[in-house]
Amino acid sequence: MAFARVAWLIMRKDLTVEARSRDILYTTAFFAASCVLVFAFAFVRDGRALDDAAAGILWIAIAFAGTLGLGRGFERERSNETLRALLLAPAPRPAIYVGKLLSIVALLAAIECVLVPLVSLMFQAPLLRHPVLMLALLASGTVGFAAVGTLFAAMLTGARTRDVLLPVLLYPITIPVIIAGVRGTAALLQVDADLDMARAWIGMLVFFDTVFITLALWTFEPLMTD
Amino acid sequence: MLNRLFMPLLVTGGLLFASAPFMIARAPYESTMGLIQKVFYFHVPSAMVMFASAFVCGIASAMFLFGKRRGSDMVAAAAAELTVVFGVIVLVTGPIWARKAWGVWWQWDARLTSSLILWMIFVAYLLLRRFGGYGSEKLAAGVALFGMANVPFVYWSVNVWRTLHPKTTVVPSLGPGMRDAFWWCVVAFVALYVALLAARVRLERGRLSLEELYLALDE
Amino acid sequence: MTDRHTRRTLILLTVLAMVGLLQLTITASTESAATDAIGGASGGARAQPQQAAQDEFVPIGELPPEEQLPAAPLLVTAYAFVWVALIGYLWSIWRRVGRVEIELAEVGRRLRKAQER
Repeated sequence: MAFARVAWLIMRKDLTVEARSRDILYTTAFFAASCVLVFAFAFVRDGRALDDAAAGILWIAIAFAGTLGLGRGFERERSNETLRALLLAPAPRPAIYVGKLLSIVALLAAIECVLVPLVSLMFQAPLLRHPVLMLALLASGTVGFAAVGTLFAAMLTGARTRDVLLPVLLYPITIPVIIAGVRGTAALLQVDADLDMARAWIGMLVFFDTVFITLALWTFEPLMTD
Repeated sequence: MLNRLFMPLLVTGGLLFASAPFMIARAPYESTMGLIQKVFYFHVPSAMVMFASAFVCGIASAMFLFGKRRGSDMVAAAAAELTVVFGVIVLVTGPIWARKAWGVWWQWDARLTSSLILWMIFVAYLLLRRFGGYGSEKLAAGVALFGMANVPFVYWSVNVWRTLHPKTTVVPSLGPGMRDAFWWCVVAFVALYVALLAARVRLERGRLSLEELYLALDE
Repeated sequence: MTDRHTRRTLILLTVLAMVGLLQLTITASTESAATDAIGGASGGARAQPQQAAQDEFVPIGELPPEEQLPAAPLLVTAYAFVWVALIGYLWSIWRRVGRVEIELAEVGRRLRKAQER
């Protein structure tokens, strides 16, 4: 079967399943909102947030929600043995990866639709002052995080201690994404926004995404098969 | 081959290492930072070996993943452990130097932070191998590959992050006396690294034979 | 592990440890010589080319006296740590190899017995 068709079918399957129950979407979105609240208590003093706190909190919430969503998404695959079925099917393996990646990105995009206004409101941070750049930053950062996360979550579905190992493996490797996301957002939030800096971070993120998606496409097959 | 090299390398490395202090003591006294700068003769070669080891692990992991050669996996596991060990040396001697030279233990210096992140990736590698259950060698190989690919990104992003604040570089240009002592230490560390790698691979090979014997016993 | 190997390794480790102790003594004596040299060095007597930009670094002479730590203990600690780390790791490998070889001999014995039957 054609690569793009397989990827599309897998993504559609995931989104359909999710749309029926919406359990991952609601619970993960709520979890992200609680994260923001918890961080608010840590970083707000005298009713005002510390500088750049909004940027940091936004991206940490994305990272935490992403990890949770990845874990839950692949847990579903594992309990129904669908991942093995997918691997047995005559479909190009990397297409399975791309399909899962797209569904995770869709989930995170939905969560960010809640998170961005929430953070913007609670911390008086004009996140959407430069909407195009902010969107590009969010998109490239989310794709980068999801690219590495999807691969690691997929390869850990069979492991015993997968719940704790996923963040242990994922966070050190996605540190450049977090740095870029936070610093880029902070640059956009400044009083006179540093647009060039934001563009530089977006550039790095796009490069990161390219390199790591390529690497994941190469390694998905050897990692998932015995 | 590694096995036969072990003893000579260990002796060479050990002797070089042991005589290093003489070289270091004779090296010219660095005028701004004083005595504490001499930590640099052990700190920087350790960092060089740590990064080299990370690459050895990454390349061996790639060979294991794509070439399916069991020997590569053994080298990867050994190199990862050595990356962590030399990383600990870098991350302890670095702050000791910083404490005296800058007054604080940790300054989010670009290089030290990048080394910390790389070190954590390889600690994660070791945790995965130990607690990941069956088949975790291959998964760990994937992590090592990603870690190695990540090095330039980590370095770039941490560097840019840090240059918004005052820059702190601690490697001065080397005068001739210092250069000799420095390269002496580099050679000593590299020799020790290869010797330790050989020893560690031998351990892996022993474990593999043990596994095979247990399997044979079960039949 | 054969006795010959064990003995050789132990001798090597002892030699390295003794040299390490020797090194500590040398560093300590160098330090006292160096403190004499500091007075001359800060006058620019040493013609060493330096330095990369260090905005946050304050030269030793300018720190208030309470903040100035003696460098020698820190230097000695750093070097001692490196020695301990490397020798400790080598020893850890040696110990693990020893255990694996004992277990290999044991399982080999059991296998041979099972095969004889």
